[in-house]
Amino acid sequence: MNFDLTEERQMLQDTLRRYLSDKYDTATRNKIIDSDEGFSAEIWEGLAELGVIGALFTEDQGGFGGAGFDISTVFEELGRAGVVEPMLDTAILGGGLIAALGNDDQKALLEEVIAGGLHLALAHGEPVSRYDLSRVETTAKADGDDIVLDGRKAVVVNAEAAGQLIVSARESGDVDSRDGISLFLVPADAAGLTMRGYPMLAGGRAAEVTLDGVKVPASARLGVAGAGYDALCDVIARADVAIAAEALGAMDTAVELTRDYLTTRKQFGRPIGTFQALAHRYSDLLIEMEQARSAVINAAGHLETDDAARQNASTRNLTARVGRLVAEESIQMHGGIAMTKEYELAHIAKRIVMCDHRFGDADYHLERFIELSAA
Amino acid sequence: MELNYSPEDIAFRDEVRAFLDEKLPKDLSAKVKARAHLSKDDMERWHAILNEKGWLAPNWPKKYGGAEWNAVQKHIFEEETAKAGAPRIVPFGLSMLAPVLMAFGSDEQKDHYLPRILNGDDWWCQGYSEPGAGSDLASLKTRAVREGDHYIVNGQKTWTTLGQYANMIFCLVRTDPDVKQQEGISFLLIDMDTPGIEVRPIILLDGVHEVNEVFFDNVKVPVENLVGEENKGWTYAKYLLTHERTNIAGVGYSQAGLESVKRIAKAERANGKPLIQNPHFAARLAQVEIDLMAMATSNMRIISKAAAGQAPGVESSMLKVKGTIIRQELNDLARRAVGPYAMPFPSETVEGDNDPIGPEYAAPVSAAYFNNRKLSIFGGSNEIQRGIIAKVKMGG
Ligand SMILES: Cc1cc2nc3c(=O)[nH]c(=O)nc-3n(C[C@H](O)[C@H](O)[C@H](O)COP(=O)(O)OP(=O)(O)OC[C@H]3O[C@@H](n4cnc5c(N)ncnc54)[C@H](O)[C@@H]3O)c2cc1C
Repeated sequence: MNFDLTEERQMLQDTLRRYLSDKYDTATRNKIIDSDEGFSAEIWEGLAELGVIGALFTEDQGGFGGAGFDISTVFEELGRAGVVEPMLDTAILGGGLIAALGNDDQKALLEEVIAGGLHLALAHGEPVSRYDLSRVETTAKADGDDIVLDGRKAVVVNAEAAGQLIVSARESGDVDSRDGISLFLVPADAAGLTMRGYPMLAGGRAAEVTLDGVKVPASARLGVAGAGYDALCDVIARADVAIAAEALGAMDTAVELTRDYLTTRKQFGRPIGTFQALAHRYSDLLIEMEQARSAVINAAGHLETDDAARQNASTRNLTARVGRLVAEESIQMHGGIAMTKEYELAHIAKRIVMCDHRFGDADYHLERFIELSAA
Repeated sequence: MELNYSPEDIAFRDEVRAFLDEKLPKDLSAKVKARAHLSKDDMERWHAILNEKGWLAPNWPKKYGGAEWNAVQKHIFEEETAKAGAPRIVPFGLSMLAPVLMAFGSDEQKDHYLPRILNGDDWWCQGYSEPGAGSDLASLKTRAVREGDHYIVNGQKTWTTLGQYANMIFCLVRTDPDVKQQEGISFLLIDMDTPGIEVRPIILLDGVHEVNEVFFDNVKVPVENLVGEENKGWTYAKYLLTHERTNIAGVGYSQAGLESVKRIAKAERANGKPLIQNPHFAARLAQVEIDLMAMATSNMRIISKAAAGQAPGVESSMLKVKGTIIRQELNDLARRAVGPYAMPFPSETVEGDNDPIGPEYAAPVSAAYFNNRKLSIFGGSNEIQRGIIAKVKMGG
């Protein structure tokens, strides 16, 4: 047993933490959130230069990591600083699908991704699909050598910045069938593809994407026709690790800010942390944080095993529950100050809570866990 | 034991319903139900409609132009207006300052200010909290020094709700720094147009300008704006806080919130079925509804005690805690119910006049979830309420 990070990952953690604490203070980040782009190209470049994107890919894929603990190490630090740059979307989801399914031509895009020159977005969820991964109404129909895509995609994170979108569409089967879903690389400027972009509550941007007779060559298909579902699940398993680790890092910040506040804010002539009513609740947060940390280790450590899905479901359920507790209790123990937009905790709490809405909340993962445990 | 309303109460309820049906502007209730932001004009419009009917001030005696309802009638009114989606009555002048003026103000103050509150001539805000004085309000530092016919006020208030609309602020100020904290505080009425006052916005975490900081730099306030006696302000403030704590349970808001979550959960689908049929979601929702049903009766128990002339004691603290927990839980369920559509936050949502992203009910729920974290912080935080309950019950 050894729960220490490897030397490489320790270095990655240290450099990334240092970079973000130098370059990504609250005021800078809040300005980034309010910008038209919703993220900073300069920070993105900086992250690429540090090798943060490369750490999320294996050597075969042109990176130098790509394992569960690489993902958790990177995302915990991104979470700690409340980073809004679209690492999940470009690297884990978009890059992950190209790496898993792409042919040599398609995989060539990864070099650009790792260098920070290309953004990606996964256009999978639809207006009524919620967290259900097999529900795809968007259709892909052959037209000679081309394929025509029609449908609507909902809350496509990072769509506006993406050079290529990975669009899921149904080639066969009914709307809920796991079989028949294909994935296509669609250039953002394809004719018939329109976007309605908007900012998100916890920073970054997304878009509603409409595909109206979008024509792509058959070579735009990633992997085998109709067999996209399993690859989606595998990549979303990696996203689950990333999201849970991001939440963990953000929770760490929330709890630290709370500790600082409890020890410095005075009411009734004494630090409010000396009121046992608050001291015990602060301790409860620390107790639950240890649970969350172990849960993230479980997910990261099992990502490459057969038990990955069940471990993931358990981790996402636990971190969602602890996340809500940490976000709400940290705000409460701060009082009014935590309600202000400028204060670091306000953003951090939003990041934590909004993790619920990407690939499933506590209940969704509880159901998954029950189903997988029974199997 | 009689759990039902009397025939008179039911007649009153029907009268309220008929009034709301006829007079509550549809555009306003639509905005309230969509949780869109109300403009100053929206709020003033509703006040004027109520005032015309004589229902703007349920608490006030008839002689001042109030409705002078009993506790049950007030409850019915609050419940029905919340369910109908009426804008909330802005409480600062009507239910916070007015009772203090009636009890402790001079005749001139009553004659001057009370009609102006009803007619909407003045918009009041509450200047209690300071950066260093939140829960520990008595430690407030804003200083008022008597110089001839004026007080000279220096200091800072914060969290001043809707201070950007206000032309008047009632403040707790320190007039004697050398005595026990509670004994050196006075209650001052200050015209916001006086030179030396600066109002700066505080944007809350949902992006909304709801509260402000108010700075006082050598602000001259005529001595006739002192309420009651100098250095007795703490007594008046405590009196005011008991009024702030009426309708503290927010039963009507929770009932409206519950209906709204049910509506969303019927429209949303999970695994091919309406979300409301999902066993986990349904269980969560049922749990809150069960809590709410019991709390509604707790609330009525206290109200009938109050109607019989008994002042509520720690029960209002209990209702505050339970009521805010229930409201916040409903906000959480609404957020979760909308799935991925909880994430979009177009600035248009805040202004409330653009096509929604996703289903129309989704737009405001996340912002509301975060905004309503305030419910357990202000009006005496839930920790302070728990402290009061224990202290009273253990005879401290
Ligand atoms: C949206 C909003 C609107 C507001 N509007 C107004 C307004 O219009 N006018 C106005 O005057 N004020 C207003 N307030 C201020 C509000 O009354 C204060 O926020 C409240 O009194 C708490 O004070 P604080 O924020 O300074 O927190 P603090 O008092 O610093 O409390 C921080 C934490 O410590 C806890 N705590 C404090 N003392 C104890 C104790 N003895 N035992 C256990 N726990 C304790 C609190 O419960 C809280 O969890 C508003 C606040 C908000 C958030």
